[in-house]
Amino acid sequence: MSVEVRIPTILRTFTGGEKAVRGDGATLQEVLDDIDARNPGLKDRIVESEALRRFVNVYVNDEDVRFTGGLNAPTSDGDVVVVLPAVAGG
Amino acid sequence: MDGVGRGITPNVTAVLKIAREHVDDIIAHAREDHPDEACGVIVGPEGSAVPTRLIRMTNAERSPTFFRFEPQEQFALYKQMSTTGEEIVVVYHSHTATEAYPSRTDISLASEPQAHYLIVSTAESDASGGGVSVRSFRIVDSAVTEEEIDVTE
Repeated sequence: MSVEVRIPTILRTFTGGEKAVRGDGATLQEVLDDIDARNPGLKDRIVESEALRRFVNVYVNDEDVRFTGGLNAPTSDGDVVVVLPAVAGG
Repeated sequence: MDGVGRGITPNVTAVLKIAREHVDDIIAHAREDHPDEACGVIVGPEGSAVPTRLIRMTNAERSPTFFRFEPQEQFALYKQMSTTGEEIVVVYHSHTATEAYPSRTDISLASEPQAHYLIVSTAESDASGGGVSVRSFRIVDSAVTEEEIDVTE
């Protein structure tokens, strides 16, 4: 259980109110699959059609994963993943 | 304020208390960016529901019909708030051609259930002057509730 994933307020309904959960995996995809196994439905709010949702920003150790491989971004022991819904509207 | 409503349940109040200087700054920001939408936040101590510090954000879309916080700025804000123990209390943005009421896009993308969504309309004005309207809403699970604004001097 090596990677910490910080959960935004709006998605804490999937984590029983927890601000952060831990998961294993060598890529962001694997970590999300792992945490989704214990927090069903969480991944669907972050991923759509095998890609990150357009209005969800994800960071691994302060790097926006859109520039580091998206769901294939590498993760390892001690990494911190931050999930941050875009503040946006019309 | 007692502990009721803390945690993941939004701290619902029927009134937004906001300082005059913040309202003035939001209106000034909206006028400056007109006809593009302006956006930003007022943050406050976590759990307090008191907006204390206004931060203008860059609208990455630079659009008259859409706004999105510039992602790096939003992340920097997130990091800062993690350090200071603050949270977003008010999310504000402008409508430059329509009324100060949440659009369908505003409702579908609303992702800060603890926040007051403040909208300023510059539809009846331009960069130099003219009337504006300012209204505040809660948007939780796609349900919009308008609330009163209590401006404090």
